[in-house]
Amino acid sequence: MKKLNVLRTAIIAVLLGVVCFAFTAAPERITVKGSDTLVILAQKWAEVYMKTNSGVSIQVTGGGSGVGISALINGATDIANASRKMKNTEKEKLKARYNTLGVEVACAKDGITIYLNAASKVKELSVAQLGKIFRGEITNWKEVGGDDQSIKLYGRENSSGTYVFFQENVVMGDYASSCQTLPGTAAVVNAVKKDTYGIGYGGAAYAEGISICKVKKDDNSPAFAATAETIKTGEYPITRYLYMYLRNRPTGEMKKYIDWILSPEGQKLVVDMGYFPVK
Amino acid sequence: MINSIRKNIKGIAIEGITLISAIIIIVIVIVMLLVIFIGGKDHLTWEFLTSFPTEGMTKGGIFPALYGTALLVIIMSIAAVPFGTITAIYLTEYAKENSIIAKTIRFAVRTLAVIPSIIYGLFGLGFFIKFVGAHIDGAFFGGELRWGQPNLLWASLTMSLLTLPVVIVSVEEALKTVPQDLRAASLALGATKWQTIRKVVLPGSISGIMTGTILAVSRGAGEVAPILFTGAAYYLATLPGLSDQFMVLGYHIYVLTTQSANVDQTLPIQFGTTCVLLLLTFTLNMSAVILRYRIRKKKNR
Amino acid sequence: MTKKNKVKSSKAQGSDSQPSDLIDITRKRFRVGDFLAEKIIKGVALLSITIIVLIFFFVFREAFPIFNTSKEVKKSPTELAKQDTQETYGAVTDVDSKGTGQETYGAVADTLVKKDKTPAKGTYTVNAGSGTDDNKSALNTMLTKDWVPVSDKPRYGILSLIIGTFKITLISMLFAAPLAILAALYTAEFANKKMKEIIKPTIELLAGFPSVVIGFFALMVLATFLQNIFHYSTRLNSFVGGIAMGIAAIPIIFTITEDALTAVPRSFNEASLALGASKWQTAFFVILPAATPGIFAAILLGIGRVFGETMIALMATGNAALMDLNPFESVRTLAATIGAEMAEVVFGDTHYNVLFLIGSLLFVFTFILNAIAEFYVKGKLMKRIQGK
Repeated sequence: MKKLNVLRTAIIAVLLGVVCFAFTAAPERITVKGSDTLVILAQKWAEVYMKTNSGVSIQVTGGGSGVGISALINGATDIANASRKMKNTEKEKLKARYNTLGVEVACAKDGITIYLNAASKVKELSVAQLGKIFRGEITNWKEVGGDDQSIKLYGRENSSGTYVFFQENVVMGDYASSCQTLPGTAAVVNAVKKDTYGIGYGGAAYAEGISICKVKKDDNSPAFAATAETIKTGEYPITRYLYMYLRNRPTGEMKKYIDWILSPEGQKLVVDMGYFPVK
Repeated sequence: MINSIRKNIKGIAIEGITLISAIIIIVIVIVMLLVIFIGGKDHLTWEFLTSFPTEGMTKGGIFPALYGTALLVIIMSIAAVPFGTITAIYLTEYAKENSIIAKTIRFAVRTLAVIPSIIYGLFGLGFFIKFVGAHIDGAFFGGELRWGQPNLLWASLTMSLLTLPVVIVSVEEALKTVPQDLRAASLALGATKWQTIRKVVLPGSISGIMTGTILAVSRGAGEVAPILFTGAAYYLATLPGLSDQFMVLGYHIYVLTTQSANVDQTLPIQFGTTCVLLLLTFTLNMSAVILRYRIRKKKNR
Repeated sequence: MTKKNKVKSSKAQGSDSQPSDLIDITRKRFRVGDFLAEKIIKGVALLSITIIVLIFFFVFREAFPIFNTSKEVKKSPTELAKQDTQETYGAVTDVDSKGTGQETYGAVADTLVKKDKTPAKGTYTVNAGSGTDDNKSALNTMLTKDWVPVSDKPRYGILSLIIGTFKITLISMLFAAPLAILAALYTAEFANKKMKEIIKPTIELLAGFPSVVIGFFALMVLATFLQNIFHYSTRLNSFVGGIAMGIAAIPIIFTITEDALTAVPRSFNEASLALGASKWQTAFFVILPAATPGIFAAILLGIGRVFGETMIALMATGNAALMDLNPFESVRTLAATIGAEMAEVVFGDTHYNVLFLIGSLLFVFTFILNAIAEFYVKGKLMKRIQGK
């Protein structure tokens, strides 16, 4: 019987503890939610910013661009991170609820990188060739200067911002249905690493066993690899912005935070985390 | 004579095939265990378990994921164990074996056990978040979104539905091991049915309830699909409260293997995290097996 | 409140030495308590039924809008832009070339924008605007083979997903069912006590493996291992996924089969042996046939497990929505589609509804499987064991 009582007390204590913990929240709080592409960077920003500005607490969570924007529409977050632009349906919803179309802040640049297996003979491709490859019009490596082997396509899930961006700017049509869609950059890199005849795309990534394909704008222009320099000058053809969305024009603490992110100090962290500054 | 030898050979061959099947399964399990333990054993350090991930999750530990998992299973058990126990009590003590209600409940429990975990995730999203949560917000917070979004509470409740059958089945089994004589004796002494259950049957089956809880915790700690969109977070710098999203071991493995930018660097952490999760469920399951073994021994005595 | 009172009063009852004249009164009070306790317990027990009903209702509820084809046509994005031009803040550039009227903040270098306007690129835009809300066209594309939910013409052809799911289920069953059934037969009929004590805990251990761990193993180790043996070109494919899911399904099939085998009365065994049959003949021609309905149920539940498996499918199958019967090609299952796409989808969108519709399909399918296993099979098993 005693055992039961001890158990009961313990359970009640745990319950109370959990409840108490749940309702302790920091007062001055900015919540950031959204794209998993941006979450590490956003976290770094928050970490560094909070060190110098102790009066504000910034809470960062991932979940995906869609989750972030939904949360923005529903009022659950102050900043939505997105690796794609806000869709019109989403803008309509935001308008219906808050009578605003939202504010877009381009906070970093990302070069979409093309990964090839390290053993691949192909070292550079043009945007048009990439489009044909991913539309399924070029299916053999020999057509672009490689071995007589069929091309294995690896890409991101259709829900990701990277998928949409690559589709709009490189594929310009529907992906070949043979394209394997994997849930993240790491999965794509891993797949290409282990497939001699694979090709994939995604954010900047580092791994042994893959080679980064140089990309040229068209057949006559020179090929560039994605580096801070080529992205800054615009020589690397497949770059995109990463966005933060707000409901309204930033004020107060929020304005200070956003301005800080866009300042050289904030943009320096962008480079540290493997992305590229917006200017 | 020759015939019987032939028969024997055939018999040995057939027995051999079944034996080989059993051995293949054992080998698969051992290989999986070995690969994961060897890959992750270097990370089984106190530091790995108690520190936060750093450098964009390429270094550091898994403390927030462990913490989130612990909170998840605690809240889940608080919800699932009482309900599961009570249902089991009803099924063994009150309901007549062949009544329609008992049959329907048993069918429902078994159905709950086979519904794919992703469906629980959808249900959690559709019911807890978009219905219950949204209505709480509407009623108490003037429409400001607080509970109508993925968080620890909803994820735990979703998980508790998933683990409910596990609890029910274990507790039921334990209740059945309490001898009928004891019940009869208690009733004969003038105790009411409820008193008998409280004072005689339940204490006698406390180890069964423990088994059920342990099995449920083990299941809940490892499932990922139900919390994919009801609360699991990719990365959190702070420890979560009830209304926050949270990190959890299983989801952490998933995001590390699929999302991180630096594959080579995170590989050891992936193995380490998998190893920790496996050890956790392994220990829990083994203790449940031992407990259950003891219950069965008691029953046979 | 009532519960607490009961606890207190029952405690009092336990410690008191019960004067005889009080018994009657206390009894009456306790009968009320008892009555309440029974009702409460019954009410809670009914919860599991309620949950099933709720799952039915809420999963279908989110899927239902897809059938509402008379949905009012929304404003086109350009109209929206015309109506709402907004004040701007900060150094705004002309980033938003598509003219949706959203304001931007921060000084964005316009190199990208200029590039955006190079002729090749302007021609194709992915617009997930009001086009996706067209439920009628979504329904029309449902039975095609293209699963392209994010496109200027979104197509929700779930046919390839369904075929993919069945393909992977078949592969995993071909792998897991014989293995698990034979192993169960060995455990039930041939194994000595020591072997049983090795096999059973191993199976329980395997049952405790979280599916994400099996997925991880399949992705990292199994895929490479199998590719080295079979030399197929696509590393992640339905074969790898099927084997991994088979591993996950083995404990279910094994446990239920073993239960069914041990449920066959010993008298069958004895009669067969007495008639001169050997041990293996008894096992194969007497016990196994007697337990067939149970084994059938085991396979059905194994199928249910594989059918709804999400994490393994997500990690180890490659997820390309191909309509192809080649086992070494990549495959996209229903469950993996939900798991991968739900997080980023616009809530309330057609795509969102379609995902819930897929969820309903999964739910109905597993529900039916379980119902068959439960009623049909059990009835047959009973009949057979009890002799007619």
